[in-house]
Amino acid sequence: MSEKKPTETSTMMKLYGWLNSRFETDAFVEYMKHKAVPVHSHSAFYYFGGISLFLFIVQVVTGILLLMYYRPGADSAYESVRFIVSSVSFGWLIRALHSWSANLMVFAVFIHMFSVYFTHAYRRPRELTWLTGMGLMGLAMLFGFSGYLLPWNELAFFATRVGTGMAGAIPVIGKSLLIAMRGGEEVTGATIGRFFGLHVAILPGLFTVLLSMHLIMVQRQGMSEPVEWDKLDPSKKTYQKFFPNFLLKDLLVWLIVLNVLAVLAVFFPDGIGVVHWPLGVKADPFSPPPPVIRPEWYFMFAFQALKLLPAHILFIEGELFGIAFFSIGGLIWALIPFLDRKTAEGEKSKKVTWFGIAVLAFMIVMTIIGYLVE
Amino acid sequence: MLKNILLISVSMLVALPLASRAQENNCITCHQDLEDQDGPSHKIVRDIHFQKGLMCNDCHGGDPTLDDMDDVAESKGYRGVPSYTEVPSFCARCHSDASYMHEHNPSLPTDQFDKYKTSVHGQRLLKKGDTKVANCISCHSVHEIGDAKFPHSSTYPLNIPATCGKCHGDTEYMSQYGIPTDQLEGYKKSVHGKALLENHDLGAPACNDCHGNHGAAPPGVSSISAVCGNCHAFQAELFDASPHKQAYIENDFPMCETCHSNHLIVQPLDAMVGDAEPAICTECHSSDDGTIGLATAASINAGIKKLVLAHNEAEVVLNEAIEKGMLTTDEEFLLNEVKQELIQARTLVHSFDSTRVVEKTKVGLLKADSVKSNSASLIDEYYFRRKGLGVATLFITIVCIALWIRIKRL
Repeated sequence: MSEKKPTETSTMMKLYGWLNSRFETDAFVEYMKHKAVPVHSHSAFYYFGGISLFLFIVQVVTGILLLMYYRPGADSAYESVRFIVSSVSFGWLIRALHSWSANLMVFAVFIHMFSVYFTHAYRRPRELTWLTGMGLMGLAMLFGFSGYLLPWNELAFFATRVGTGMAGAIPVIGKSLLIAMRGGEEVTGATIGRFFGLHVAILPGLFTVLLSMHLIMVQRQGMSEPVEWDKLDPSKKTYQKFFPNFLLKDLLVWLIVLNVLAVLAVFFPDGIGVVHWPLGVKADPFSPPPPVIRPEWYFMFAFQALKLLPAHILFIEGELFGIAFFSIGGLIWALIPFLDRKTAEGEKSKKVTWFGIAVLAFMIVMTIIGYLVE
Repeated sequence: MLKNILLISVSMLVALPLASRAQENNCITCHQDLEDQDGPSHKIVRDIHFQKGLMCNDCHGGDPTLDDMDDVAESKGYRGVPSYTEVPSFCARCHSDASYMHEHNPSLPTDQFDKYKTSVHGQRLLKKGDTKVANCISCHSVHEIGDAKFPHSSTYPLNIPATCGKCHGDTEYMSQYGIPTDQLEGYKKSVHGKALLENHDLGAPACNDCHGNHGAAPPGVSSISAVCGNCHAFQAELFDASPHKQAYIENDFPMCETCHSNHLIVQPLDAMVGDAEPAICTECHSSDDGTIGLATAASINAGIKKLVLAHNEAEVVLNEAIEKGMLTTDEEFLLNEVKQELIQARTLVHSFDSTRVVEKTKVGLLKADSVKSNSASLIDEYYFRRKGLGVATLFITIVCIALWIRIKRL
């Protein structure tokens, strides 16, 4: 062993030297050596960005594998998905992993976003990181919405009809938007074509650009330190090395998530409880809709809130009011780094924290009501 | 309760027009004072004729504007109350008049009286003057005649067995005719009776579907024994082409009834065909009767039994695969096809051709085998998935532990 090690090392060093002479990797290694991650009571939340990234990678890989057999179209989509889960080797596993990782990714993204919000990590100089993160979350939800229709089964068909119908309520552009999304007045085979294009080409392209910007910003600016640290004695601040310490821990978390994903995919290939995606029966536009049509869990709060609104509020339609409410709310949420002046000056804004708690409570309560009410 | 509410509602609906019409119709004004609630002048509000605008004088004649009954009886066209024998022709005045009925209810046939005259009821009443047999009002009631489409009507499908059974189930009343009175009881226990009376399946036959409404038999049926073929067309066609048809005619056996009975038609069992008890075949055939009857029956029985067994075995394995959460859509479809083959094989029994039955069961057996083996493969796949997960999880866990140790040493 002792004789072999230097040989290995020298081979590796030669390879490294070959690369370094071409790409000047020394500078990057040097940068990584000095990169540090703050250690504090909320450090665990740093891993949720990485978990989201890992689950996205799982989706890309499983999505590409599903693409090998999936055939979009009203006459082929359902049949091809059935073929994937019943006849293709490990097809059931790939579909289960794809669906589970999608749901877990949205969940991880939510935790990541709220942890950044409540630790005020969006504050200067990370305003653009927050904005790109918001964009990524929006894209992730669009991924979920567009992917839900692709199996062309009964549940997907009617949920998409309701979902796209809501978009039709937007003033001025609503009707055009609805027709653009559906490829006509109704949800048909043309809608699958559009959703498929969106799901496998447009959204991945946009997501890759935003994700690259987000990761570059995170790497360039490093992990955000708690607001309290602004006034803390430097000697009391503790850090860990990004490489290898944090990276190895990140890898460990990824492996644990992979294990959880594998268990969920094998034991619950069609999901469990309210998070489920059974193939069921093929979509039939002429059949009556199922008694309960529900969107995916991450749209439930908005869906339920719109349902609870009266037909008219003051002088405008209830649904329109709801859409305006969510649009303005989303805009405020996205612009919070620019609105929260107090935290930018080194002091936590209680108003912003309470606003975040109210938003989170609203989402949780509405989601619970949505599942309790038929 | 529901029936009462319905009756009250109908009564209230017609009460207003009744009040206004009563002002011009002295029949109702006087008779309501003289009669209790069961009297014709009170019951008439529930009658389809009254609801359609006909009044007392449209059937009974006379001038309804007169105050005195003696004057009415002497007025033009007064017919009064018909005798029991006169009732059919009394009703037929309108119901056999095609042009009159066309104005009031064009969808209603006008041949009821002609048919009635051909029926046992009609012949006994009109030719022999037997007033115990049914005439129009025996089945349709009088002064509260309902449309057969309405559930309160005595001729609504669900009520027909009771309507016929009122006489045909009464042993004392029917004693002089020498015919059984257990038809209603038998029908209630039959597959048809249960479908109609218990499951409220209006497609199931009531008495009139086999025996006809007003005539002796439904249109196009030469004999009541062949009436089953109206619905069970395949079975009838197979039977007509079988050697049994001629044998039954020669022996004067009723066709379907010989094996299936007439009113107490129970769900047929596979054991009805075979060479041993409780097979019906043994009632006519024996091993030394010089025919291939029992051998054929035994072969048919064995073929069907084999397919039933294969179907049940495949179903058990398939259910296990379903319970394990495997995707079994194709297998479920295929099992339905096995069931279909079994139904077709059972239908082919009426050909009494064992070759045809066994050929059909062979197709079903092949499909049942596929269901069984495919479902078994899915169950194997289920266990393979768990074993695979176990190996993968173990590997990942070991890597996790190794990483954890490495991190701790940093």
